[in-house]
Amino acid sequence: MVDIVVALLAISIVKSTPLVLGALSGTVSERSGIVNIAIEGMMLAAAFAGFAVAIQSGSLLIGLLAAMLSGALLALLHAVLTVRFAVDQIISGTAINVLAVGLTGFFNRQLFATGAPPGAMVLPRLHVPVLGDVPVLGPILFQHQPLTILAVVLVVVLHYALFRTRWGLRTRAVGEHPLAADTVGIDVGRLRTANVVLGGVLAGLGGAYFTLESVPHFEPLMTNGRGFIALAAMIFGKWTPLGAWGAALLFGLTEALPVTLQIQGLAVPYQLVGMLPYVLTIVVVAGLVGRAHAPAAVGVPYVKGQRS
Amino acid sequence: MSASEPALLRVEGLTTRFGPVLANDAVGLDVRAGEIHALLGENGAGKTTLMNVLFGLVEPDAGTMLLRGQPYRPSGPSDAIRVGIGMVHQHFMLIPSFTVIENVVLGSEPTDRLALDLTTARAELARLSAAYGLEVDPDALVRDLPVGVQQRVEILKALYRKADILILDEPTAVLAPPEVEQLFGVMRGLAAGGRAVIFISHKLREVLTVADRITVLRRGRVVGTVRPAEATEQSLATMMVGRPVELVVEKGPARPGAHVLRVEGLRVLDQRGSVVVDGVDLTIRAGEIVGVAGVEGNGQTELVEALAGLRSVRDGRITVLGADLTGAGPRDLAKHGVSHIPEDRHKYGLVLAHPLSDNLVLSRYDRPPFAAWLRRTFSAVRRYAARLIAEYDVRTASVQAQTGTLSGGNQQKAVVARELSTGPRLLIAAQPTRGVDVGATELIHRRLIAARDGGAAVLLVSSELDELLAVADRLVVMYRGRITAELDAATANREALGLLIAGGADVTTRAT
Repeated sequence: MVDIVVALLAISIVKSTPLVLGALSGTVSERSGIVNIAIEGMMLAAAFAGFAVAIQSGSLLIGLLAAMLSGALLALLHAVLTVRFAVDQIISGTAINVLAVGLTGFFNRQLFATGAPPGAMVLPRLHVPVLGDVPVLGPILFQHQPLTILAVVLVVVLHYALFRTRWGLRTRAVGEHPLAADTVGIDVGRLRTANVVLGGVLAGLGGAYFTLESVPHFEPLMTNGRGFIALAAMIFGKWTPLGAWGAALLFGLTEALPVTLQIQGLAVPYQLVGMLPYVLTIVVVAGLVGRAHAPAAVGVPYVKGQRS
Repeated sequence: MSASEPALLRVEGLTTRFGPVLANDAVGLDVRAGEIHALLGENGAGKTTLMNVLFGLVEPDAGTMLLRGQPYRPSGPSDAIRVGIGMVHQHFMLIPSFTVIENVVLGSEPTDRLALDLTTARAELARLSAAYGLEVDPDALVRDLPVGVQQRVEILKALYRKADILILDEPTAVLAPPEVEQLFGVMRGLAAGGRAVIFISHKLREVLTVADRITVLRRGRVVGTVRPAEATEQSLATMMVGRPVELVVEKGPARPGAHVLRVEGLRVLDQRGSVVVDGVDLTIRAGEIVGVAGVEGNGQTELVEALAGLRSVRDGRITVLGADLTGAGPRDLAKHGVSHIPEDRHKYGLVLAHPLSDNLVLSRYDRPPFAAWLRRTFSAVRRYAARLIAEYDVRTASVQAQTGTLSGGNQQKAVVARELSTGPRLLIAAQPTRGVDVGATELIHRRLIAARDGGAAVLLVSSELDELLAVADRLVVMYRGRITAELDAATANREALGLLIAGGADVTTRAT
């Protein structure tokens, strides 16, 4: 029984990886005041770019860098549109999502019309020394592929950074009251841009999970709404990295459940269990949106020197 | 301080435009160390713009600034902060969800390697608090603090950044009279310590009380700089407006008639569900003006909203001329002769994107003569609007002008015109002269008194004691949602009233 629970939790951790990274992406962006609903598109683009570059270069590491870079570039586009030109953040995000679907679909047909080339690999599973040997916790947390472990490390790092460092204080200030931040000499536009791009890198890592860690090939639309579920996790987690992690684990659990049940040979229709993450998303978002406290200035462009 | 003493800050020929509007027109100003320099002017005279230029928030079109003899041209607030200019904005620049210490250090955070070092900051804050009598709890959340304390946090923020020129933009607007006295004490302490304090205000009495020198601005230009000893309220008002003004409107005694408004046991909740109007009883008779005195946030806003049908009533009864109108909507109230001049004209008073003429018939555009069946009669609307504009001296390019293009004073005159032109039996006027210049204030006061003399019952809610004392016949004091005192405006004493609204008891009045 313990084995089953450990396996379930370990699979939950794995399944939650893109959600954790996506929720962190949303958190650093929204905490600075920019809504990013393009995480889905950034992940999809990164999944493709990571895969294609890894194949071409023969290096998973270069593929991973390409994934991060593609996320960052789309995020930079989002930042330029929303910060520099004060475009509606939802519109910009939607456009980037559509763009990512189109670009990845097109290049996928161009490059891999005959199917994925043989020999593609995924990142190797790590066994963290010492920590990996701890009973129960070791297999749950520390015997995974690198992105899964990195996601957990980033949760802790970003939580500390957001609440204990200068960057975090300024980020939260800019997301709550950008004019106040401006009057104490903080460059609102620059900080928001930096945070959105950092969010893009995190979404890029989340995208890399799909093709460099989960399966060694790319399929159109393979992110399958994870970017949006990640946003639900961010909201559920009250815009904090630790909270988002907890929420993402819950979503991960709903994805791990069917896998575990199958392994155990229980006859539950997989369609039914497969609905769980999406049903949970609706429940969380519908149930919490009214009560959850978003950063006060999120979604509102900051235009300097405007007469109030 | 001698006239030959070099200026800490000298501004010459400063001109700032916003589109076609000349906000500062060749402004000159010199500020010396150790003085409280008041900047006096009406709304829209260019005071705030001038300070925003000094603080690097607005870029001027022409002119020079010298700071300690060196050319000064800030490209942003960080430049201003670096050279020792601090600003306390009219609308506080504090982050409500942050603690006091977080707000104080923001932008100038001490760090220990990667982490914020709040211990050092706390010690510095404690030192400044003690030195200038600005007590605050460094770990309190700003949103839980009363406005007076938030203002202290703002001043501490500037001092923490080592400001030696401190700009205070309308700092007394949000304070009760005893708090104003306290603030003046702090300002004098700062000046005595060799700092320069620039005090922006449109309140003549305050400027005369605390300033060492007073520079008067009118329509973007400097009219002159005077010392308080050489000036009177009347002479300053004339400089501000450009013509002699009546500071106190003439009015005859009230002749109260039948009861018009009767409020019994009214309880109203705010958005968060706390009781903000707590068992208010109030009656107003025809032909009298009842003033509600109080520091903002003591339930006056919610009281007015409940009376105007904009907020639901938890308990109690509101009757107007015998009709029970508890819970009635604005339309019903209007049919019973209730008019409302709202506190926030942008939110409730006017549709800024619509033409002025439409706003002037906003409460009855759908009835004759402004509409026939489903069609609106635009010619009637225009004729009526033109008449009101002339009658209330609303300065506008045309009756069709978009309402948002009018100045604040003229927008307010339009609201007053609309609400009074229906011949109300009960007029609820909330902060009717807020953000309005002296000239428009004079007109609005006259009209309120004329409405009273015409037999209307008037409820006047104001945070300006002078306005209440000048216009109202009877005063009630609101404190923490209750009416705590009632007094006759003719014999009321300004200082005693100041104490009452700050929550102090007064044995000579009925206190509950």
